[in-house]
Amino acid sequence: MADIHSKAADIGWLDRLASRDTPLHRVDPRAKLLATLAFIAVTLSYDKYSLAPLMPLAIYPAVLIALGDVPLRFIARKLLIVSPLAVFVGLFNPLLDRQTILTIGSLGISGGWVSFASILVKFVLTVSATLALVAGTGIHNVCRGLERLGVPPAFTVQVLMLYRYLFVLVAEGSRMNRARALRSVAGRGMGLRAHGAMLGSLLLRTLDRAQRVHAAMCCRGFDGHVRTIDPPRFGVKDAALLAGWLGSLALLRVFDLAAMLGAIATGGGR
Amino acid sequence: MHMADALISPAVGGAMWAVSGGLIGYGARKMRHCLDSSRVPLMGVMGAFVFAAQMVNFSIPGTGSSGHLGGGLLLAILLGPEAALITVASILTVQAMFFADGGLLALGCNIVNMGLMPCFIAYPLLYLPLAGKKPTRGRIALAATAAAVAGLQLGALGVVIETTMSGISELPIGKFMLLMQPIHLAIGLVEGLVTTAVVTFIWRARPEVLDLADSAAAGRPLASTRLRGVVISLLLAAGVTGGLVSWFASADPDGLEWSVARTAGKEELAASSDGLHGALRSVQERTALLPGYDFAKKQEPSPQQPAGSGDSSGKGQWFAPSAGTTVSGLVGGAITLLLAFLAGWALRRRATSVAAA
Amino acid sequence: MSHHIVEAADLRYSYSDGTEALCGLSFRITHGESAAIVGANGAGKSTLLQHLSGCLLPASGTVRIGDTVLTRRTLAIFRRTVGMVFQDPDDQLFMPTVFADVAFGPINLHLPPDQVRSRVERALETVGMSHVAQRPPYRLSGGEKRAVAIATVLAMDPDILVMDEPSSNLDPRARRRLIDLLRTFTHTKIIATHDLDMALELCGRTIILSQGRIAADGPTASLLCDESILGPCGLEKPLSLQGCPICSAGCPAGRAGA
Repeated sequence: MADIHSKAADIGWLDRLASRDTPLHRVDPRAKLLATLAFIAVTLSYDKYSLAPLMPLAIYPAVLIALGDVPLRFIARKLLIVSPLAVFVGLFNPLLDRQTILTIGSLGISGGWVSFASILVKFVLTVSATLALVAGTGIHNVCRGLERLGVPPAFTVQVLMLYRYLFVLVAEGSRMNRARALRSVAGRGMGLRAHGAMLGSLLLRTLDRAQRVHAAMCCRGFDGHVRTIDPPRFGVKDAALLAGWLGSLALLRVFDLAAMLGAIATGGGR
Repeated sequence: MHMADALISPAVGGAMWAVSGGLIGYGARKMRHCLDSSRVPLMGVMGAFVFAAQMVNFSIPGTGSSGHLGGGLLLAILLGPEAALITVASILTVQAMFFADGGLLALGCNIVNMGLMPCFIAYPLLYLPLAGKKPTRGRIALAATAAAVAGLQLGALGVVIETTMSGISELPIGKFMLLMQPIHLAIGLVEGLVTTAVVTFIWRARPEVLDLADSAAAGRPLASTRLRGVVISLLLAAGVTGGLVSWFASADPDGLEWSVARTAGKEELAASSDGLHGALRSVQERTALLPGYDFAKKQEPSPQQPAGSGDSSGKGQWFAPSAGTTVSGLVGGAITLLLAFLAGWALRRRATSVAAA
Repeated sequence: MSHHIVEAADLRYSYSDGTEALCGLSFRITHGESAAIVGANGAGKSTLLQHLSGCLLPASGTVRIGDTVLTRRTLAIFRRTVGMVFQDPDDQLFMPTVFADVAFGPINLHLPPDQVRSRVERALETVGMSHVAQRPPYRLSGGEKRAVAIATVLAMDPDILVMDEPSSNLDPRARRRLIDLLRTFTHTKIIATHDLDMALELCGRTIILSQGRIAADGPTASLLCDESILGPCGLEKPLSLQGCPICSAGCPAGRAGA
């Protein structure tokens, strides 16, 4: 039960973040989407032993978080919650790849640990960029941006509606769950049969609601196609921003900034 | 079962995006021809239902653990495969964006694993034939369980293949499968039970709802050649896309060959890749489109070479770790990280002070 | 459509499971009139309203607005002329923001974007909800949702307003605001409600439904005092009239609105 409420609260909070007005919010969603996708693609294009060259890429999520005024604590918490899969799979790397490829002083570090660290860094970079993107844009604008990029409206409308009714259904579901829990004793009534019946009831109510929503839509002239007016215009500033980001990403990919700075810092030695 | 960005390569991610994009486009086109405008709110609300249902856990008797509904098969039963796929895709999109449950680039993989598999493969090939036109309770149970198990097994297989082909994880394909498949067998059984329970409930309370889906499936022969053709052509497109992307990024074939070579100890594979590798390198250097991790920089051999791999310089360089794993590289990495944080902090200060002004 | 007279003639409708919802309704509501439709649960109020707004087609009999009879082909006209406010505002607010919801109707009318915008702004201003235009619906209170739902309908400039239980789930202040708002509307108003006090305040005419038939049709003031009519239909006198010494003696002039 706490699970539902906390998840719904999470969406609610992220939605609240997304509805503010920060410099990031004012950028066209298409530019942000394309830049973030390019960022993720570039981040993932490094091979599995790359660790240091990934670091300069942190500038992108850092800028997004700063411009979008996204609370770091929020990102950190989300990272922790979602990390298990990446950590679990990545943890096999040190176990399977024991060959030392790097020595610091007298400490030999195996390839497995390096690749594990690389996975973690990639994870942090991609997830924080994604969260910052969403916190700085909001689902509504993301979907409008996607539509302008050519995604079929049938899909974006579906996402928006799902999002809209998620809150309603979560509230209904949690009410039912609470009622069930209050009438179950010592774990009985929480089993599969009650679960199936509960889901069935929720489903029937959902279907009824779908009919009513459809009636409401038809009463306002719905004919099967959902239209919107004037999506945000892609201005010169947005184009410049996107070009700038793509250019920087390309530069960072080609030139290993970390190695250069490191060479300077350690006096060109190795 | 949601794949994270960190575990895949751009080539695999891009290829799976192509597949899911194709499926969504196909589904959207089919829906446009469907005259029933009530589909739109129904899908939206059903998507929210599955999402909410996934948040409610039930206790599994005897194991002391809990599970929850996946939903792909249920949606296919109630909405038909195309609408179900779009709905599943929308659920995964919201999960990826708002819970970071599954990465953005990995979204394509997730849509394939958790959408294509149950909706376009398990549902038409297993559920529909087993349930038949006039299902009884027993047949629903059998069909739903079989289809759920199959769908989840295929999805898990998808995860294994995508991860292995990306070459980021060290897990060899055999061990990975040994890990994934049994777990998802159990999950599939549970999903089958829950789906059966819900579908049976609907079937008793409002059987016309199931007829609704039947009419969606009607006029389409089971496992139709057209559906198969669509899936096959999409997979081909994925292969071509994946090949193209990996040709430019030179990320993909190596990972698989590398792990195959390591686990199997076969040298010939690496040797044959040398020719390919050399050709790729020269192309890369000339076009410099997306310089690969090794090509642009390293000329000097790195201090340590993985055992049993180095004979020709090209191959040694291939398997050699990139500059990032040298000490100075790490130092430089730390510096850039610090710079990034400072830049972000400064920007934030400036943004808030401007806002306050 | 001229005159906007709402007319039903021997209207009948049954559900798919055979239940007869409407068993031959006939009435006539003139332009600008405010009519309350009251009755027990299951009397057929919602079904009647759905016919009036073009959501359902009659099994037999006719529904007419002005010169137009409700048929499958005239559905679009009905939906443009009649604005229906549903019982559950969540069913009516399905877009991501308030603005998008209110704009939904005008956009479907194929109006140019600037006209859409001006209609939305006007509608929101009328209901006093301009300040929540960019908010998503789930962050509105019950009263705010209700007001926005009314705005979504107003933006289509309907001539006739049909409302299903508009004051349900509203706290007293929101209810009072709703009543004051509705009082300012010059549209023809057809309101299905359990809130007999609101009916007394807003509607000059009342139609009492019982088991799919019209049990009574007349001035609100006299109908809602008459226990002999209300009782058999599963209703009571409005709370404001109960226990009043004058009412128990005889019927007052009432406080019915226009």
